[in-house]
Amino acid sequence: MVLKGKTHIFGDNIDTDVIIPARYLTTVDPNELAKNCMVDIDADFAGRVQKGDIMVAGLNFGCGSSREHAPIAIKGSGVSCVIARSFARIFYRNAINIGLPILECDEILDEMNAGDELEVDLAKGEITNLTTGKKYSSEPFPEFMQEIIAAGGEIAYLRKKFAKQEA
Amino acid sequence: MGMTMTQKILAHSAGKDCVKAGELITAKLDLVLGNDITSPLAIQEFEKIGLGKVFDKDKIALVPDHFCPNKDIKSAEQANVVRQFARKYDITNYFEVGQMGIEHALIPEKGLVTAGDVVIGADSHTCTYGALGAFSTGIGSTDMAAGMATGELWFKVPDAIKVVLKGKKKNMVSGKDVILHLIGKIGVEGARYMSLEFTGEGALDLSIDERFTIANMAIEAGAKNGIFPVDDVTLEYINAHSKKPYKVFEADEDASYAKVVEIDLSTLDYTVACPHLPSNTKEIANLGDIKVDQVVIGSCTNGRIEDLRVAAKILKGKKVHKNVRCIVFPATQKIYLDAISEGLIQTLVEAGVAVSTPTCGPCLGGHMGILAKGEKCVATTNRNFIGRMGHIESEVYLASPAVAAASAVTGKISAPEEVL
Ligand code: SF4
Repeated sequence: MVLKGKTHIFGDNIDTDVIIPARYLTTVDPNELAKNCMVDIDADFAGRVQKGDIMVAGLNFGCGSSREHAPIAIKGSGVSCVIARSFARIFYRNAINIGLPILECDEILDEMNAGDELEVDLAKGEITNLTTGKKYSSEPFPEFMQEIIAAGGEIAYLRKKFAKQEA
Repeated sequence: MGMTMTQKILAHSAGKDCVKAGELITAKLDLVLGNDITSPLAIQEFEKIGLGKVFDKDKIALVPDHFCPNKDIKSAEQANVVRQFARKYDITNYFEVGQMGIEHALIPEKGLVTAGDVVIGADSHTCTYGALGAFSTGIGSTDMAAGMATGELWFKVPDAIKVVLKGKKKNMVSGKDVILHLIGKIGVEGARYMSLEFTGEGALDLSIDERFTIANMAIEAGAKNGIFPVDDVTLEYINAHSKKPYKVFEADEDASYAKVVEIDLSTLDYTVACPHLPSNTKEIANLGDIKVDQVVIGSCTNGRIEDLRVAAKILKGKKVHKNVRCIVFPATQKIYLDAISEGLIQTLVEAGVAVSTPTCGPCLGGHMGILAKGEKCVATTNRNFIGRMGHIESEVYLASPAVAAASAVTGKISAPEEVL
């Protein structure tokens, strides 16, 4: 799958409380959650973000609580992919489980500006900054996780598995 | 090569003789946990799998603690989703308001976790049960759904940091100061993807409540889990609370660690994490004058009986400062009752403390003590992120119950010796 979009840049240790504050956790609806995505550090993010946009961030993205509402809010806001220097582990699992593509890449953040257009080839782990022309690579997922992503998330993966067992 | 304590537990639950860091395994689960925020999403996803049954109705625990007793209509609807699910599938360990407590205090107290268990919870502080020598870790709602359906989950076997605790703590320095000090030292991502394995004579010198506090905040260093060796103190707790068979695992002598961190407990002072990261720590002497508007004593980190005893000891015969609201949350109904029979609640209320029923409440900015713009709070909770306890321009300082209680008296962040 190849994704293309404009970037929004965030720093290190973006925690799940700023991705979606607890006061908005009284719903599981992606569209409702998306309205308040990032609101505590970037008040008009929800108004600005366009479908297909890409988030680029620093270290330990998604640290803090286990709320799956965080990747759901990001996905609900139209973001097609998150690229970070590193991800907190629960966020990493959750993103894969709900089918939000994420990539780890250390260098890209230093050499880009907000609004740059990126092209991301998920299967190859290739990232191209179309604005600057530079290319970057990211470690592809282990095969087992690729299966989950290809199935469309963990639940779809399990449904397939159980259907096979019954057949 | 040898295995760490965590690796041994994971190998056992995956039916393997040996596992290595980085290996992907599938482990059998002894308990799957969820709360009123994370479970509704897990339930929605669980129903999509379409199995029509849970893997084991005795091995699922549902604890409505975050926005409960419900703070508004939406949170009441969410709690009701969990309640109806518990009835539909006859879930043994559903804890209604009136029996519940904050999940990570309640689960060990009810004997639902024991040494050697593998536990997942759709709540990041599930790592608390490492205090009992279990492998327990936080996951999201979809993993919870998969766990409830299949009774197993995939894990990447973690590497570990060995934390060697030496010496004896002085004054009223507590487990909270130890973990804040460690997080300050290694950073909020210092243990990312790894286990924190606590060891050394200093670790075994800690009370079980202090071990819970320390394991609880492993996630604040980015860790997958935190774990303590099993000793007499652990077994005494387990035998008093659980009839489940336990299994004691020990790290091999030649286990390999990514890093070894040594802490001499005798050199530690009261430690406070300043806004807006748990790693932003200072010893109290270097803190300066910080006036507070609110003091919160409670949560899954420090709402246990020892914590309430310390708070009551400091507040006995004193008054909460006139510019301060002090709110105390016993973490479970049993702790609440014990605090009543020990006279602690009387002492606290006489001092001018507002005592609440068990709930997560203000810890996550839910209800029962939300901060206004510009307000400062010293809390015994575990996170001081932007907006965590209310307005995005409010500030949370993390500290021990002793420091929090002393601050309630003086109106500024203070060491307990200032009021005792
Ligand atoms: S007390 Fe706070 S940290 Fe603990 S489970 Fe509740 S919200 Fe989470």
